[in-house]
Amino acid sequence: MVEVLSEPTGRGSYSGALLEVENLQVEFHTRQGVAKAVNGVTYSVNPGETLAVLGESGSGKSVTAQTIMGILDMPPGKITGGEIRFRGVDILKLSEEQRRRIRGEGISMVFQDALSALNPVFPVGWQIAEMFRIHRGASRSDAKKKAVELMDRVRIPGAKDRVNDFPHQFSGGMRQRIMIAMAIALDPEILIADEPTTALDVTVQAQIMGLLADLQRDSNMGLILITHDLGVVADVADKIAVMYGGRIVETAPVHDLYANPAHPYTRGLLESIPRVDLKGQELYAIKGMPPNLLEMPSGCAFHPRCPYRREDCATAIPPLYPISGNRGSACHYWREVVDGSR
Amino acid sequence: MAPAEPILQVRDLVKHFPLTQGIVFKRQIGAIKAVDGVSFDLHRGETLGVVGESGCGKSTLAKVMMALERPTSGSVVVDGKDITKAKGSELKRMRRNIQMVMQDPYTSLNPRMTVGDIIGEPFEIHSEVVPKAGRRKRVQELLDVVGLNPDHINRYPHQFSGGQRQRIGIARGLALQPEIIICDEPVSALDVSIQAQVMNLLDRLQKEFNLAYIFIAHDLSVVRHISDRVAVMYLGKIVELGGDSQIYDRPSHPYTQALLSAVPVPNPEGREARQRIILQGDPPSPANPPSGCRFRTRCWKAQDICAKEEPLLQIRPGTDHLSACHFAEARDVVHTQS
Repeated sequence: MVEVLSEPTGRGSYSGALLEVENLQVEFHTRQGVAKAVNGVTYSVNPGETLAVLGESGSGKSVTAQTIMGILDMPPGKITGGEIRFRGVDILKLSEEQRRRIRGEGISMVFQDALSALNPVFPVGWQIAEMFRIHRGASRSDAKKKAVELMDRVRIPGAKDRVNDFPHQFSGGMRQRIMIAMAIALDPEILIADEPTTALDVTVQAQIMGLLADLQRDSNMGLILITHDLGVVADVADKIAVMYGGRIVETAPVHDLYANPAHPYTRGLLESIPRVDLKGQELYAIKGMPPNLLEMPSGCAFHPRCPYRREDCATAIPPLYPISGNRGSACHYWREVVDGSR
Repeated sequence: MAPAEPILQVRDLVKHFPLTQGIVFKRQIGAIKAVDGVSFDLHRGETLGVVGESGCGKSTLAKVMMALERPTSGSVVVDGKDITKAKGSELKRMRRNIQMVMQDPYTSLNPRMTVGDIIGEPFEIHSEVVPKAGRRKRVQELLDVVGLNPDHINRYPHQFSGGQRQRIGIARGLALQPEIIICDEPVSALDVSIQAQVMNLLDRLQKEFNLAYIFIAHDLSVVRHISDRVAVMYLGKIVELGGDSQIYDRPSHPYTQALLSAVPVPNPEGREARQRIILQGDPPSPANPPSGCRFRTRCWKAQDICAKEEPLLQIRPGTDHLSACHFAEARDVVHTQS
């Protein structure tokens, strides 16, 4: 374990949720127009908890994560509203210097494509050690020692001998372990994993998800898992936020969501995936295509594809209706969806 | 379902890529054994799923079957003729019957060609199939068959979404009315809600035209859904081959069991009780595969015999389908007992 030299915002003094995103809005200004990528996203994560953010490409799940990390490209990106509170402090109002101290030590991120996220011209050990040199002011030799320890911790075999190897000398699974080593180097309280296993084979995916679960248990991190894979979510999540067209359309504890989805999109997704444990007949297919962010449908973004739609769906944007204590659905007709009548 | 006469027979197929050293005087110092002795049959109207991790040789197998690569040895017999030995006009004629749908709908369509040109290109090469005057109409029919608007014939690929582009790729594959279509990861680049649409389309086309599919994918759930039979590959060899429920409900090779148990099931009930076989490490290099059974370095059942004797793909006692393991034993790893 690394010694903590300075506390970014005073660990352990705040009693609310560790990370709260509230009504976040992000747009991109492009030549074709304004793309509203995130339209009022609210979620929270506590220590030791796993929140899965589920959604297809263009649903805004990664943009939300980039905004939390403060790595959104601005311009073209622009935060037009909302708050991101880490330990009660709105980090969107902090200076870049203060943000840097939270990045890595408070909130850290694992990216999808390890090969392009790693620098190809530096040894992996050097890249991991960079965290200690820059954030902790450690000497080169100390930092390298720490890098070896971390590579051991993420179970890279022969860490001592491989610390000077370059990214291309590692397999996809090993590269993702290196990414994880860099992300946990400074012992963050929140780890954001953006599609951490999408590019990997299933057996390697199982290894990486197992590793993340172990690391989380050891250090009581809050984990935000961004994915489109309903199988991975069912395996590891505590609670789920389903995103569609830049909004959260359903939020629920994992068991409730799979047993009884309350939004037509979630229900459609669950019915449209082939299962390894069942041989099905024809798959249910959600009609149409995900929305174009430049020309969002009026009202509920899902209404053109929705089997439950009525006239008012095209005019009134549904709020996230509370269903029970910790469940919500952004569908005017969620009662019908829960009943399963169509 | 499957009639007796196979439409495609692959026998002892081997494809080695030489590793050379030196620039002027090249010496061969080894070979990547991408496909190393693969045999199977494909029947009319059936789907054979091929699963395996990256680097196991699935895509090389597809290329050799398409005669895009010449095999080192072995044969691929289509309708009684060996495509690997065919040349010139005979090869051209044989290729009409075996077409391919590629993985990436973004790079496999030429951005400078209209959809009409892309789907009509096979008719330029095989000009005897449809006379010139009827081609445009035929392309529009094909667009209709795959569920696209026939009026969009003059649009360019970038005007379509990923799922629609994959439909264009499928229409191109159908153009010459082949009997066999090789699908190399046809849905892996698509969003979940679009995957189902494309898979249903492939299903419908198979019934409509009595197509035989070779369906290559790494997603085991997708393969189960679409396949009648499944071949599991590891380091260039088929380790298990059987009907879909034989492979998925009663897998007998340890690698298949590990692969299946690693697939996350989209149902959180009983997830704590689920037994996972987590393999250690990565597959060995195909340039230097282990002696005997290639899986033995990661296998929990490995014994001395596994290093000495290569297990043949055969029906083993206690199982009902082909398995290349000395200690094959059926075991259900997918269904949880919660």
